[in-house]
Amino acid sequence: MSLNQLTISDARDALRKGDVTSAEITEACLTAIDGAGALNAYCHLTPEIARDQAAAADARIRAGDAPAMCGIPLGIKDLFCTKGVPSQAASRILEGFRPEYESTVTQNLWDAGAVMLGKLSMDEFAMGSSNETACYGPVVNPWKVDDRQLTPGGSSGGSAAAVAADLCLAATGTDTGGSIRQPAAFTGIVGIKPTYGRVSRWGVVAFASSLDQAGPMTKTVRDAAIMLGAMCSHDPKDSTSADIPVPDFEAALTGDIRGKKIGIPREYRMDGMPAEIEKLWSDGAAMLRDAGAEIVDISLPHTKYALPAYYVVAPAEASSNLARYDGVRYGHRARLGQGDGITEMYEKTRAEGFGKEVQRRVMIGTYVLSAGFYDAYYNRARKVRALIKRDFDQAFAAGIDAILTPATPSSAFGLGEMANADPVAMYLNDVFTVTVNLAGLPGVAVPAGLDSKGLPLGLQLIGRPWQEGDLLNHAYVLEKAVGFAAKPAKWW
Amino acid sequence: MLDHLAYKAPEPKVIAGAKADWELVIGLEVHAQVASNAKLFSGASTTFGAEPNSNVAFVDAAMPGMLPVINEFCVAQAVRTGLGLKAQINLTSAFDRKNYFYPDLPQGYQISQLYHPIVGEGEIIVDMGPGVARRVRIERIHLEQDAGKSIHDMDPNMSFVDLNRTGVALMEIVSRPDIRGPEEAAAYVAKLRQILRYLGTCDGNMQNGNLRCDVNVSVCRPGAYERWQETGDFGHLGTRCEIKNMNSMRFIQQAIEYEARRQIAIVEDGGTVVQETRLYDPDKGETRSMRSKEEAHDYRYFPCPDLLPLEIEQAWVDDIAASMPELPDEKKARFVSDLGLSEYDAGVLTAEVENADFFEAVVAACGDGKLAANWVINELFGRLKKEGHEIGDSPVTPAQLGGIIALIKAGDISGKIAKDLFEIVWTEGGDPAAIVEARGMKQVTDLSAIEKAVDDIIAANPAQVEKAKANPKLAGWFTGQVIKASGGKANPAAVNEIVAKKLGL
Repeated sequence: MSLNQLTISDARDALRKGDVTSAEITEACLTAIDGAGALNAYCHLTPEIARDQAAAADARIRAGDAPAMCGIPLGIKDLFCTKGVPSQAASRILEGFRPEYESTVTQNLWDAGAVMLGKLSMDEFAMGSSNETACYGPVVNPWKVDDRQLTPGGSSGGSAAAVAADLCLAATGTDTGGSIRQPAAFTGIVGIKPTYGRVSRWGVVAFASSLDQAGPMTKTVRDAAIMLGAMCSHDPKDSTSADIPVPDFEAALTGDIRGKKIGIPREYRMDGMPAEIEKLWSDGAAMLRDAGAEIVDISLPHTKYALPAYYVVAPAEASSNLARYDGVRYGHRARLGQGDGITEMYEKTRAEGFGKEVQRRVMIGTYVLSAGFYDAYYNRARKVRALIKRDFDQAFAAGIDAILTPATPSSAFGLGEMANADPVAMYLNDVFTVTVNLAGLPGVAVPAGLDSKGLPLGLQLIGRPWQEGDLLNHAYVLEKAVGFAAKPAKWW
Repeated sequence: MLDHLAYKAPEPKVIAGAKADWELVIGLEVHAQVASNAKLFSGASTTFGAEPNSNVAFVDAAMPGMLPVINEFCVAQAVRTGLGLKAQINLTSAFDRKNYFYPDLPQGYQISQLYHPIVGEGEIIVDMGPGVARRVRIERIHLEQDAGKSIHDMDPNMSFVDLNRTGVALMEIVSRPDIRGPEEAAAYVAKLRQILRYLGTCDGNMQNGNLRCDVNVSVCRPGAYERWQETGDFGHLGTRCEIKNMNSMRFIQQAIEYEARRQIAIVEDGGTVVQETRLYDPDKGETRSMRSKEEAHDYRYFPCPDLLPLEIEQAWVDDIAASMPELPDEKKARFVSDLGLSEYDAGVLTAEVENADFFEAVVAACGDGKLAANWVINELFGRLKKEGHEIGDSPVTPAQLGGIIALIKAGDISGKIAKDLFEIVWTEGGDPAAIVEARGMKQVTDLSAIEKAVDDIIAANPAQVEKAKANPKLAGWFTGQVIKASGGKANPAAVNEIVAKKLGL
């Protein structure tokens, strides 16, 4: 086994024992990245930063000051602003943009001694479920069926592919409607979206501010617990960041869920759900029951309105959040013709800078906020959102500890397969995940098996607000029960 | 003022059209820059006159991933303003985004408070002369960000943007349509400005654009306004036009006057006033339609998802209320009732809080409100104006002026000597009492010395003595001669008395 295949927890232990150095693990990752160009996971590499940080981490470890993340090489989603390093949300419109500041989340990670290998590709502005909207071209899933190239999911597709292919020990992701959990499920890794407000949004390029949350994408649940702890903090620079203590999430992994109540929401049993997804789900429930939990059928009656509400709220916020990309101060500016004025500058810059999916969502968002349609769309969606949150509140008030659902309606699909499909077909990928963002809850995707084609499938656990530790403990039990050990066969 | 000074409402301005009389209905939206060292959401400096684009934080430049954080001091200033306008303070308010594209608006939206402003209904009493005042209701005050500045005239091919002002906190203070004439509108702005300056929540500097306003004007026939007041039906009023962005009292009046006449002419011609936004051109003295794309804006307001609702506590509001200064109306009433000033003098002295403070310090030093008012208004203000001084850099301090007045009151110096003394203190400084002592300027009240002087004058002017005995009014001539002979130092009252006695009057 080469060092880049280590989990965070194993690497931590080996580093502390002095069996290995961060420099060695980092070199192993850089070598793996060098050989993985076919996956197109990284969009900017930062080997110099990585080597400097690894050396500094090794010094800290020798000095006996080694936080859990010290010396751990990570990939960073391109949505995070990293000082002096290109940060362009996989969009042409941010071409050449190098921030003068470091996002709070990445700063927290560097403060904990983590090492940055580079930036990871994603769907443009985190809008997509297949990583095909990235300006860098699609990321390829390391998992493969026959010769068909598959999507790693999106929008954190580069992060998912890099973790699954051992091009880093773990990666940051962000999740607005499922962008951590869906790609985690498509690539057989763990990904958690924490409670809204748990992780600072400062320095993360905004897609939909009321839904966006960053989280870790890792090889194991334990790694997710370790890395989430390092990412969290109360940040006075983010008014929506919660001023509550960050517990030791790893310590919550007791493996004991006896007496816990697991809700199985009947509304998630969609018409036409593939039998193998259904089986995966009931198998997962059975495993949790075997571990001593009580399985309870529950109802979340407003679930069917979640996807439409999400595709009103998220584009509305995005249309406003993306107004700043106007070519005036940074990033791409269109070449102007004779007589062009400011309007032409905006129009040409944004037409050239934004891809089709981003343009579609900006237009949808502009429409639903416009006078005359605001109440019919945006306000109604806000009300639906409140009802969805109430569904969850009531379930938790009735004593439910966690809710088990499939993570995705299918395993990874082929790149290009959805190219001519109705955009709504792509949006359906988020059907099990968007409710969690609308309600601001923590949700985790855990690998739960392989489908008949040999591709990974994931289950999702949804937890009580601020109870990520308890949620991860459920995920930990599921992970152990499933015993998922499959890795993609290296073809790249 | 209500409690202390009775007032009646002024008559509305009436404009005679070609066919009929017309009245005006006016409402104002005043944008007042919050007096604060830092911007509303970024912490960047608000210093005026800094190098272009030097007071700009990442948030102001709308760099990717940057987030607004509310400046608590600006919130306190808005609350203080609300309390000063006797307005309702909303313990929960919220910020919304107003979306539009312009290069001096980096975010592509202005953060404002459309749906839930921090301050609700209040009022301002606008003085229109002794005993006459207009009560203008305030509809709301909300906090919002200012935009930057686009500069189009520096280069033939390029435009420039200065973001120093971007994100500076503004209070938008919205009145009800309670204002009935151009003079009232200007007086309303002046009164609001005065209150803001008393509160220290806006410096009121109109030239720098720190206080500017949008004026809504409509015209109606006499009686229509009262019907609107009774029914609340705006159908009784005319269609309004909004004149944007004015920062001069004079222009406000001129623009309203012009706009009212323009609307009257349209209506009397059988036309219809179009509701629109207009600009006042002070060079041409007219308003013109903006008719730009800005007008067609759909601002797509929605709650700003980067900011939680703004929750403040009653106890915090109470703390601010407890630290409120005395406001102009109260101060003026107190000057009238406690110090015996005329309403006019009280108004002059309370116009600027610095003047009122100076005056009160003078009163404290001399113990006489009326004398202090005369000296401050006539001698001091006149001299300050003549020499281009502000009250803050007056060469004569309140203690010195109070000292001079105290000497008059004690009979140590005459009014005439006092003016000389004032001149000395103004130019040379020093303690008035010590100067009087050192320079022998004290009035002579030594009766034997005065008696001798009177005797001398009487002896030297027998003809005058005869005249005065026939006509006692002429005794004043002797008094004048004695005071003149004493170099102005003889106490006039004492001289008068002795002259009368010696002449046997």
